[in-house]
Amino acid sequence: GEIDLTDEQADGLSGGRGFGVQHAMRIIVALARASGADRLIAVTRAHVDGVLYHGQASLDFVEWLTMAEARVAVPTTLNVASLDLLHPWLFRGNQASATAGRRLVDGYLELGCLPTMTCAPYQAQDRPGLGEDVAWAESNAIVFANSVLGARTARYGDFSDIAAAIAGCVPYAGLHRPEARLAGLIVELDPDTAPSLTDESDFGALGLVVGEFAAGRVPAIVGLPPDSTEDALKALGAAAASSGSVAMFHAVGITPEAPDLAAAVVRGRAPACVRVDAAMLRRALTSLATAPDGPIDAVSLGTPHFSVREFERLRAVLAGTPGSIRVEFWVSTSRAVLAEITGLGWLDDLAGAGVTVVTDTCTYVSRILRDPGGITMTNSAKWAFYAPANLDARVVYGSLRDCVESAKAGRVVRTSA
Amino acid sequence: MRPRLAATPLVPGCAAGPVLALAEPLSLWGGVDPASGLIVEPRHPDRGRSVAGHILAMPAVRGSSSSSSVLAELLRGGVGPLAIVLGEPDEILVVGAIVARELYGADCPVMLLGFDDYAQAAGYASMTIEADGTIFGA
Repeated sequence: GEIDLTDEQADGLSGGRGFGVQHAMRIIVALARASGADRLIAVTRAHVDGVLYHGQASLDFVEWLTMAEARVAVPTTLNVASLDLLHPWLFRGNQASATAGRRLVDGYLELGCLPTMTCAPYQAQDRPGLGEDVAWAESNAIVFANSVLGARTARYGDFSDIAAAIAGCVPYAGLHRPEARLAGLIVELDPDTAPSLTDESDFGALGLVVGEFAAGRVPAIVGLPPDSTEDALKALGAAAASSGSVAMFHAVGITPEAPDLAAAVVRGRAPACVRVDAAMLRRALTSLATAPDGPIDAVSLGTPHFSVREFERLRAVLAGTPGSIRVEFWVSTSRAVLAEITGLGWLDDLAGAGVTVVTDTCTYVSRILRDPGGITMTNSAKWAFYAPANLDARVVYGSLRDCVESAKAGRVVRTSA
Repeated sequence: MRPRLAATPLVPGCAAGPVLALAEPLSLWGGVDPASGLIVEPRHPDRGRSVAGHILAMPAVRGSSSSSSVLAELLRGGVGPLAIVLGEPDEILVVGAIVARELYGADCPVMLLGFDDYAQAAGYASMTIEADGTIFGA
C-alpha cells in the first residue's frame, strides 16, 4: 500500500529540507515499503552502529551524508568503533584499517552524533523511558531498550540507524506497534533452577536457550529471581539476540511491561510454553566452549560493555582470591564508565592487578588480543558466540570468579562445579 | 508458455541471469567475503560458491544488521548479486541495496515472493525479473 506522509515528511522527501534530509528520507521510505508500514512516526533519540568499519562502502556512505550537509535531528549516540580511540596503541591491526576506522568516526561526529562509543548506551544516566519511540541499532542495545527500559525500537542497523537519526522518523512497524510487543512464547524456568542463576554467565546461558526457542516470537520468561540485576538482564538479552535474533523479552514481575503474565501475553490466544531446567542450562554452557578446560592465554570480559557495578564485583573478586594475574586480562567498557571508575580511584588498582581496560571498541571486533587464535576465557555468552568466527578464537566459558581464578592459575579453574 | 510468478518489488528494478538458490539462510556479514563474493561460512552447504553475477534466492535472511554494509560493499566491488529474491521480507538487505544504488548506481532489485512461489522460483536455473515484479523462470 501507499505510505501516508505528513506535509513535513513529504517536504523532506522532495528535497525541501535539504539534500541531507532527502537522502535519509529515501532510505526511511524504502524501509517503510519493505516493512509494510503505512506511515512514519517521530523518534526522540537514535543509537548508531554504522560507525564500525566494514569496508570502503562504510566511508562512502558517511561522506555521501556529510557532503549533503546532513545533521542528526535527535540526540544520537554512537556504538563501538574499530579501534580504541583513547588507547590507540592497543590496536594490533594494520595502519590503513586504523586510519579508515578513525575517518569513519569523524564522519559520524560531523553529522552531529555524540562520541559515546559504546554498545551499552543504556548504562548512561540519560536513557529512554517507558513507551518512548527511539531508533536504536546493535542487537544487545535493542533488546535491552525494548525489554528492560520499555522504550520502543524496531531492529535498525547500518545505514537505517543514521537515516532515522537525520530524518527524525521511522516506519510505524515492528516493535513500535504495541501489539507486536506481546509475548507469543512462555519460557518457564524450573523453580529449582532459578536460585542457581547467580552469575552473568548463568544468565547468558539462559539467554542462549531462550533465543533458540524464540523463532521470531517475543518470549515471556517466568520464574527469574525477582532481584535479577540490570547486568544479569543485559547478559540474558545479549545472548538471546545472538542465538535467536530476539529483539524483546519479558521477565515477568521484573520488566516494566510484564507486571504479571497476563499483561505480557497476546489476549485470547494461549501462547506456546516451554520449560527450561538445569540440564538445558548446563548444555548451553557446555556448547559455548570450543576448547577444553586446560591452560588459557587470555581472559576477556565486558561484552556488552562492563558497567560500574560489574567493575565493583571484579574488584571484590580480585581482592578476595589469592595470587596474581598471569595471563592477558581485558575488560571492554565505555569511555563514560572509564571516567567514572577513574574518579573512584579503581583504575589504578585494576592496572596494578594486571587488568587492561579497553574503551570505545570491543575485543571481539577489534584486533587487540596478542594471540586471537589462542584460548580465551570469558563470562560473556555473546563473546563466546561470535569470537570463534570473528577472530578464530578458541573459547572457554565460565563465571566472573572462575575467570579471575583461572587468570591467576594460568589454566581453567572451576570453583562452583 | 514460460513459467511466470508475481513478486512484490521491495527494491524495484530489472535483472536477468542464472539463479543461485541457497539451501539454507545466510548472513552476508561473516558469511560472504565482501572482496570476492564467495560464500565463506564454514557450515553453510553452499560454501565456496559465489553470489557474483547470480540472482540470489534466499528462503530467509539470518543474522547481523551489518549485512547492509556487506551488500553495499559487494555491489561497490562489482561482485554482488544481480538481484535478490526472498521468501521472507528483509529490511537489512533492502537498505543495503538502496544505499548501493544511491552511492554507486549499482542496481540490485530485491523481490519478495510468497511461500509457494518462492519454492518454485528456487527451482529455476535462470530467471528474468521485470520492473513490476513479474518473474519469468527457466
